[in-house]
Amino acid sequence: MVTQLRERIEEKGTILWEERVRGGAHWSGIVRRGVTLRITDLEGGSNVSTLLFSAEDHLERYNMPDTLKAQHTAFLTKGFVCYSDMGRILCSITEDTCGWHDTICGVSNAAMVRARYGETRYQEHRNDRYQNAFDGLLVELAKYGLGKRDFAANINFFSKVTVEEDGSLCFHPAHSQAGDFVDLRFEMNTLVALAVCPHPLDPDPQYRRRDVLITARETGPAPADDPCRNRCPENQRGFENTERLYR
Amino acid sequence: MTYVTSDLDPAAAVLREVVPAGEPWMGIVKRGQRFRIVDLEGNQAVDTLFYSAARPEERYSAQDTVREQGNIYLTAGSRLLSNECNTMLTIVADTCGRHDTLGGACSAESNTVRYALEKRHMHSCRDNFLMALARWGGGLDKRDLSSNINFFMNVPVTPAGKLTFADGISGPGRYVEMRAEMDVIVLISNCPQLNNPCNAYNPTPIELLIWDAEGKA
Repeated sequence: MVTQLRERIEEKGTILWEERVRGGAHWSGIVRRGVTLRITDLEGGSNVSTLLFSAEDHLERYNMPDTLKAQHTAFLTKGFVCYSDMGRILCSITEDTCGWHDTICGVSNAAMVRARYGETRYQEHRNDRYQNAFDGLLVELAKYGLGKRDFAANINFFSKVTVEEDGSLCFHPAHSQAGDFVDLRFEMNTLVALAVCPHPLDPDPQYRRRDVLITARETGPAPADDPCRNRCPENQRGFENTERLYR
Repeated sequence: MTYVTSDLDPAAAVLREVVPAGEPWMGIVKRGQRFRIVDLEGNQAVDTLFYSAARPEERYSAQDTVREQGNIYLTAGSRLLSNECNTMLTIVADTCGRHDTLGGACSAESNTVRYALEKRHMHSCRDNFLMALARWGGGLDKRDLSSNINFFMNVPVTPAGKLTFADGISGPGRYVEMRAEMDVIVLISNCPQLNNPCNAYNPTPIELLIWDAEGKA
């Protein structure tokens, strides 16, 4: 299956690197402007809790409210962009085969994971212990001198949570299928931190480790006729703000 | 919409302060105290953040609050949770009906995106937050600005995932009242936004009241 995915990716740009991130694990790295990161849900039903920061200035970070209100949306999919708190675009969602990514429900934490799945310590379970996204992301942030104060609202790729008329939340199980992917084209040099842990609203009584593949490829920055750029006047202005950094 | 009133007597409050339109306010509410925000003229957005007074690293978390109550709107009965999932305050009275915590605060930078690049000079909630934090000291700064509450703001989300800033559902004299479950630092920007019809392009004053735990009339 990975080979098939690779063939599809190669049609769209040169692969720079590729890495499998194990379910339950956490990861971070710098993705440059002009690079597209594909996150592929290899087994289906994965959840990737994600934080984004400007690589040059960690005070500038993904801003959930600014992203939602600029584009009048309560979720993310192809055509939307991820705004920083500085009116700039960290990345654009240029492809998406699953149609909905949550950004309002936050991350799993140690108490929640213990209550739901039971206690698992490293001493007995080694790297099969049940990790949570809050702790995993804190560890990744700490590698860059960041901590709880920098832990702003995150994105949960591959998870769908809708809002009913009365405001209540509805989690959609089995939303993402094996092989589903989302492409993030980075418009800024960005620190990306991921934790591949179950969504905090996932009712599955089993802790499922669902690996993802992250593939970086050189695609170049957004062209003038880019659909994300031209989705709305707000995004055109967001791209203008972003491109001023690189002129 | 459900409304819950409070029987606390404003005359017994230990603090009564009017915050003019467009200005910040920062102060401490102690555990057990009641904290009321009154929308004096109606449909005023009150952008609000809370920090643990003892350990400000612990602060209000919109995502944890929304997820744990299973609903995006805040109203009477809502527990305002921290990033460590502890209850910071509980909403005990609400005569507006619901409040937003997804819409965030306006900033000079987001105004350039939402309205026009030329709007950058206009006053914004984040500028208020930053000024209030700078005056407060104690090491709080831009790092500490997370997704806030917008009291009295109406930001409906549809089942299809559309989010809008709709016309307000508040009115003159409506209020929201909270009981502090820990000592909290309150950071408010009485929103100066002039570009959004949700407040009829007209920011207005609010009143803040605090009662001691035994201040019940």
